[in-house]
Amino acid sequence: MDPNEVLKFLRLTYTGLSDGALLALIALGLVLVFKSTDVINFAHGEFMLLGGFVGYQLLTITAGWGIDPTLGTIISVAALVVAMVIVGTLVERLVLRPLIGEQIISVIMVTIGLSSIIDAIVGLAWGTIPQPLPYSIVPEALAGRWQIEMEGARRPLNLPQEAMLTILVVVILVVLLMLFFKRSKYGIAMRATADDQQAAMSMGISIRVVFGLTWSMTAVLAGLAGLLIGELTNAVGGDIPVVGLRAFPVIILGGLDSIAGAIVGGFSIAMLETYASGYVHPSLKNVVPYVALLIILMIKPYGLFGQKRIERV
Amino acid sequence: MATQSGIYHETYGSDMQLRPTTMQRVRLALVAALLVVIPFVVDSSTQRLVNTVVIASIGAIGLNVLVGFTGQISLGQGAFLAIGAYACGLLQVYFAVPWPIALLAAAFISALLGGLIGLPSLRLKGLYLAVATLAAQQIVEWVIINWDPIDGEINGRATDALRIPGNALFGNADLRLNNNDTLFYVVAAAILVVVAMATTNLFRTHIGRAFVAIRDQDIAAEVMGVNLYRYKVLAFMVSSFIVGIAGGLLALQSTAISFERFTLSVSIEYLAMIIIGGLGTVSGSIYGAAFIVVLPELLRSVGRALAGTDPASLSEFNRVLPFVQEGVFGVVIVVTLIIEPEGIQRIWRTIKDYFRLWPFSY
Repeated sequence: MDPNEVLKFLRLTYTGLSDGALLALIALGLVLVFKSTDVINFAHGEFMLLGGFVGYQLLTITAGWGIDPTLGTIISVAALVVAMVIVGTLVERLVLRPLIGEQIISVIMVTIGLSSIIDAIVGLAWGTIPQPLPYSIVPEALAGRWQIEMEGARRPLNLPQEAMLTILVVVILVVLLMLFFKRSKYGIAMRATADDQQAAMSMGISIRVVFGLTWSMTAVLAGLAGLLIGELTNAVGGDIPVVGLRAFPVIILGGLDSIAGAIVGGFSIAMLETYASGYVHPSLKNVVPYVALLIILMIKPYGLFGQKRIERV
Repeated sequence: MATQSGIYHETYGSDMQLRPTTMQRVRLALVAALLVVIPFVVDSSTQRLVNTVVIASIGAIGLNVLVGFTGQISLGQGAFLAIGAYACGLLQVYFAVPWPIALLAAAFISALLGGLIGLPSLRLKGLYLAVATLAAQQIVEWVIINWDPIDGEINGRATDALRIPGNALFGNADLRLNNNDTLFYVVAAAILVVVAMATTNLFRTHIGRAFVAIRDQDIAAEVMGVNLYRYKVLAFMVSSFIVGIAGGLLALQSTAISFERFTLSVSIEYLAMIIIGGLGTVSGSIYGAAFIVVLPELLRSVGRALAGTDPASLSEFNRVLPFVQEGVFGVVIVVTLIIEPEGIQRIWRTIKDYFRLWPFSY
């Protein structure tokens, strides 16, 4: 086997995995909202944009204090989480709650309108030029590149170690989310709401609290994803929502309401993208996920893991 | 002043009328008069804006057939427009077809491809269908960018844009649409009138009633004997036929077209038009189209007036304007949905009813 081919395969696989972790993280936020509130959030990419820029601002402020990057990162991420919780709660309270019970098209459009508003706010506040982060948020242990010498290839495999950060973050978040859903009172309330809103209400669960919590959680996930993209691409800029758009094939593939589906879908779509662009043609990256999506929808209309809905008149 | 408590029909003829009252006929005459007068009174830049509104109205009516009347959410409006525009443009470039034939052919090609895009609608609905049309949007965009035969060249340099020659009619160079705004207006406004009348009447036939039945409750419609699959695909075809005309007109209006004019944000703009105007109404589509097209221009002129001639405030104005336009666009959508989900059309009716029933409204 040609060692160059092996190198290429390894490199593509690694890119696919770290990209997949990112897509899974984004899709997770979308699925979370759909599962408990039946809304597809077309403003998720803009939440990421906002999170990225808020994160950038916080890092800049902490850098101004002249403290250690590790401590600065921790403070900034914590403050980012708080900020995104506030954003999520506000959005739910002001925009989504009045539309509970409206038809699907209204709810889709309101999130689209919201995305325009957030875009405009971010543009007014931070402009259109991509801003590099003041310091890297990658822990020391992950900084640098892996050098793998291939036998006979004479070419080291340069893999950016910080891409591992996404995988690490996603693993931690998934574990935390699972614990939250299995163990905590609110997690169980959220699952109950997702299952049957009326039954949950009659058992004394406050749907409003659950909805507010869901939107805060999705905003936090989006904010973290935005900051990660800022780190991976070395700058936060206006193209972050485009990455958010890439998550739609993922959630359809996995099923709109399946958390496991979001993760499996994220990795499969990213692998598909990377291999297609690496082995066939680079431009295929943008279109292959959508072709795959159409084929899957033809075979399984509710995605691979989605719950089939039974309808009554 | 005597107020009527209702409209009484004494003959089948009057029952079938589209506009039963005298007031409605008077208003129709006023609108017709307005349409005729416009090219005589406005300057050329306003005429271009009016032309854009007319094209957008046709496109919005087409989208409303699919979304407002049949209830199939589509994020692929940009793709349908692109198909119409490129079909019309390519026919002119490669086969030197005169523009009326190219326009008609573009509408039919668009209807065929629209039916194809509508095929998944048998098994998908709601959000899943919306994302499937998003896929169509992305795929069409990709084809336009990556398929070489439809790229043209400008000044000898290859670009992604397709140059439209603007074929003359009867060999008369004055009868080209892309350099004659008034002629374009006459053609486009005539088409708009035909499309609006045809669509209004469509919903008085069994086909249109079937569309509405599918929107209101698809399972019940099926039980009552509406062939869901046939009518859903038909709705996609009718819709993309009309949108194809709008796309073709876009191509005829311009000297070049490129994918930037058919992106996802265009799809979103059209959705905003029918949401703000009113879902499931023909007049609402026109109000909404006019509103969404004129709004950014209005903001631009207001902003320019506020900025004055000071260079510092002018550069600030240029920096802020695109964001303000986008932000206002979003705010309008959100506020419309929260306050009056049925749109401008409904607000207009409320105002009318207020005066019709005054002083004893209930």
